[in-house]
Amino acid sequence: MANVLVVAEVRGGELRKVALEAVTAARVLADQSGGGSVHAVLAGAPGIAAKAGALALHGADSVLVLEHAGFAMYNPEALATTIAQRLSGGAYGYALFSATSHGRDLSPRVAAKLGAGLVPDVTGFRVEGGAVVGEHPQNNGKVVATLSLSGAPALIQVRPAAFQPAENAKPLVTESMASAVDPDASRVKTVELKQGGGGKIDLNDAPVIVAGGRGLKAAENFKLCEDLADAFGNAAVGATRAVTDEGWRPHTDQIGQTGRNVSPNLYIGVGISGAIQHLAGMRTSKTIVAINKDKDAPIFKIADYGIVGDAFEIMPALTAAVKAARAQG
Amino acid sequence: MKIAVCIKRVPVMEVKFAITADGSRVDETGLKYDVNDFDLWAIEAGLQLKEKNGNVGEVVVITLGTDAAQEQIRKALAMGADRGVLLQADRAPADGLAVARALAAELKDGGYDLILCGRIAIDSMNQMTGPMIAELLDVPCVTNVFRLEVAGATGRAERVLEGGSEVVEFPLPALLTIDDGLNKERLPSLKGIMAAKKKPLDVRPAQFGDAHVVVAKMSLPAERAAGRILGDSAAAVPELIRLLQTEAKVL
Ligand SMILES: Cc1cc2nc3c(=O)[nH]c(=O)nc-3n(C[C@H](O)[C@H](O)[C@H](O)COP(=O)(O)OP(=O)(O)OC[C@H]3O[C@@H](n4cnc5c(N)ncnc54)[C@H](O)[C@@H]3O)c2cc1C
Repeated sequence: MANVLVVAEVRGGELRKVALEAVTAARVLADQSGGGSVHAVLAGAPGIAAKAGALALHGADSVLVLEHAGFAMYNPEALATTIAQRLSGGAYGYALFSATSHGRDLSPRVAAKLGAGLVPDVTGFRVEGGAVVGEHPQNNGKVVATLSLSGAPALIQVRPAAFQPAENAKPLVTESMASAVDPDASRVKTVELKQGGGGKIDLNDAPVIVAGGRGLKAAENFKLCEDLADAFGNAAVGATRAVTDEGWRPHTDQIGQTGRNVSPNLYIGVGISGAIQHLAGMRTSKTIVAINKDKDAPIFKIADYGIVGDAFEIMPALTAAVKAARAQG
Repeated sequence: MKIAVCIKRVPVMEVKFAITADGSRVDETGLKYDVNDFDLWAIEAGLQLKEKNGNVGEVVVITLGTDAAQEQIRKALAMGADRGVLLQADRAPADGLAVARALAAELKDGGYDLILCGRIAIDSMNQMTGPMIAELLDVPCVTNVFRLEVAGATGRAERVLEGGSEVVEFPLPALLTIDDGLNKERLPSLKGIMAAKKKPLDVRPAQFGDAHVVVAKMSLPAERAAGRILGDSAAAVPELIRLLQTEAKVL
């Protein structure tokens, strides 16, 4: 039996979907290790406690609320110190983080403070004779390392979308938690949050991604991707590096080896050749659709469904058809 | 300005990877190597900061690996770095903290104003070395930097989030991890390549300490089955919609 501490990711005062995924994964971990408790850390500005309910609904036995104006924005120094202090008392066998920009910034700091082991970015894990064994993609996702992690606390990052949020309602129990250091004294200060990149939904939260490539030819033609994303209602717009280099889309929308890693249920690539560096960031998508006028484009090799044709003709038809299908369904 | 850049020798990715017969690691036969992309952008950032500073100071590249990694240090020296350090090891441990400890031990008394790392190494994909080093050295740390201004003893950076970004302020000395989008790396010039041969390159053994993370097994992911081409015009759209509804069940 081992308790699990899970850090629930908050951005702009809202819980992110990855937080619910992480709590779901923490519940699995606690149950696999013989029935420990799941404690979810919820840090934010005063009032953030109002978001605790969703964490209990997804399996947190207790929500540790860390409220302070100094946590209104991401405050890695104070958060890492506070979490490391909580973990150092011996009460937890495991700590779980999301493998996001924030989680991959925070968890190594905590690991280094504690001298603890950290397995990065796992797509799945199990507990085996006291050790955590996790699958971690390497070499652009062309190789999978199975890493074994011993010692307590064992720190684990779960890859976004690797766990679907599952309800597992627990009574809402909150406990207020104090920061181990003055949050306003941190040397690193986040002074501004720019939400949203080019898409309306965050790339890692969206079940559907419409990604555009250089084949769209100009920034304004990304309207075709926006329209299709709007037709789905739950889609984000992504881009290739060729596109972000051109400045047609913000850098933060880039998918690939040097951009974001995404795993949506549905990825639609439009006017994208499918260079290896792009594939590295989206090959784990569940269903892949490619629209490209070149029948030899490498993206067709990994696409489930392809249409060889002109995006400017196909996109409006596809958008209309998705709208019609959703109106019926 | 004294700047350290941590770099890594990584395989070039445009190959089909294979795993050794005992399943313990990637088969190195036929692999080619280069400096990790993100580290090239970190080297470039270091060189530009030094240049903006009237070329006063030093850019030191540090790597951990086998003797073969001297090739990557020479490349950085040819780009313009001043000297290199190789922390010698047969194999980088799977435990990121062990790697960070070895690098931190080297950096500790170096008096660096800035330590730059790439955001992630594309082979291990650990993305933890930078923030761990910062923690071990107790210096401020900003990860995933794609915009950067340094003025005197303070810096302002913009860091990538999923579908967004954050603006962060920090005092120097600090550690930054560099993301795509900050710059493009310069190519080594012929003159640079000649000069690099004469620049100092120190070699000393890496000191790792304990490790909690080990590789249990390496494998290749399941191949995706080849998909279907549904047509060559908008006439294929109804069939696509049908498949998304009935087969993929995503609509
Ligand atoms: C170190 C490094 C890191 C990189 N990291 C990334 C990364 O993270 N992400 C990334 O995406 N790339 C990355 N790249 C770049 C990558 O190699 C490719 O250059 C890039 O992905 C190509 O983008 P693209 O597919 O949009 O453009 P192109 O390769 O130019 O392809 C455009 C495609 O559009 C098609 N097309 C043209 N007109 C139409 C039309 N009317 N209708 C339909 N199709 C049309 C063409 O047939 C073509 O296949 C990286 C490269 C390097 C060297």
